[in-house]
Order: sequence, then C-alpha cells, then structure tokens
Amino acid sequence: MSLHFLILLAGLFCAAMAVRARPLTAALWLATLSALIALMLYRLGAHEVAVIELSVGAGLITVLLAFAISMAEDETMPASIVPRPFAWLLVAVAGGALLWLLLPSLPAARQLAADAPFIVQVWENRLFDLVLQMVALIAGVMGVLSLLGETRATGTTANEPTPRMEGEQ
Amino acid sequence: MTPIQITIAGAILLVAVGLYGLLVSRHLIKVVIALQIMVKGAMLAIIVAGAAVGQMNLAQSIALTVIVVDTIAAVLALALIVQIKRRTGTLDAAELTQLRH
Repeated sequence: MSLHFLILLAGLFCAAMAVRARPLTAALWLATLSALIALMLYRLGAHEVAVIELSVGAGLITVLLAFAISMAEDETMPASIVPRPFAWLLVAVAGGALLWLLLPSLPAARQLAADAPFIVQVWENRLFDLVLQMVALIAGVMGVLSLLGETRATGTTANEPTPRMEGEQ
Repeated sequence: MTPIQITIAGAILLVAVGLYGLLVSRHLIKVVIALQIMVKGAMLAIIVAGAAVGQMNLAQSIALTVIVVDTIAAVLALALIVQIKRRTGTLDAAELTQLRH
C-alpha cells in the first residue's frame, strides 16, 4: 500500500514538473510519468496494458516528442493568456466535482459477472472497437504521410523553381 | 480511504494537472504534453474501475483502445505542429490567428 502511494505521489510530481518545464525537459518528465503509470498498472493486475504503456507511452511518444522539438527548434515559453488564479479556480472546480461524484460511489461498486479472458475481450467482445482502431490507425498513417508529402512539395517549391510542363510557354 | 479510492483520487489529480497545463500553456508541444497527462489519468481511472468491479480484462481492452487513439492523436498533432512551425515560424498558440479570418 505504501509503495502504491509513493508511486502515485511520484507520478503527480512528474506531471507537475512536465507542466512547468521547458518542452524537451517536459518530454523527459512525461516519459518518467509513463513509466510510473506502467508500474502502477502492473501492480493493479493490468499486465498487458502495462507493457504496452511502457513501450508506447514511455518509448514511442517520447521519441516522437524529441523529434518534433528538434524539428521545431523552439524552446521559448510564452506567458499564459488565461490568468493563473482563474486557471487554478477552474481546475479546482473540475477536480472537486470529479472527486465529489466518483469517490462516494466506489465502495458500493459490486463485483460483476466473471471476466472473460483478455484475448476474448479484445478479439470477440470488443471487435467493433478493434475495427475502429484499425481504421483510425490507417487514417493516422495517411494523415502523417500527406503532411510529410506536403513538406516535400513545400521544400521543392521553396528551394527550386517549379519545372515547366512540356509545351508550356 | 481504501486503496481504490486513493488511486482514483490520484487519477483525478493527474487529470487536473493536465487540465491546468492545457489552460496555461501557449507552446503547442506543451499542449500535447498536457493532453498526454490527462489521458494517462483517464487510463489509470479505467483500470482502477476495472479492478474495483473485478472486470480487469474488460478494463484492459478499453485502456488499449485509449492508448491507440491517444497515440494516433499525438502523432497527428506533432506532425501538424512541425508544419505550423515551418509555415508560420512560431509555436505560440496565441499568434496563430489566421483561422479567425
């Protein structure tokens, strides 16, 4: 229990530092937060999702963030438009409402029927979700490819004159 | 408080920290990082809810969907951010006012 509580506190500290730090440092704090969340998921019994979170959350997303930061080359931290006291007020209201709604209902949560195995849940009971995930993955890949293609086209027009078509005057 | 309640409270605090980052950040990459923090809080809450009702495998399948969708959103957002930087030269969300016209 105490280790669980410590992991939770460390995760909250990493999240707060990720919000405060500059982008590259924030990406590293986010990777640490992902690793801690994966550890907590493993301790809760969600072994498969813990492994996926560790590889995707702490690995892939961090690499992508570092890549985007190095491409953007912009580490400036402009001041917030929303006044910080107002932001704190909004966050306190939202967090307080969630705590007020969720916490009292948890002790009354009853055990449901026997849980199906993970493979059955993913490939049979939630097959529609899986199909939608595949569609979303393909759409995401197509979106990134179109953005990169646009980058190449932009680079060509920026550096070289557009080649004229045959027969064009 | 029970361990389940403490973990749910931690997940809600993670969402709150992410929401605060979303409100006060103008740097576009910091906005993506704040969104990631919020999603991690939501995912933790899903898994804890699964543990509370004894449906861990169902909760894991839902969390898997969350991870996939979150990753796609992050990849697309970062690709768009790189394009925005190339076209406008800034990552300040407040200076991206062209969509108003």
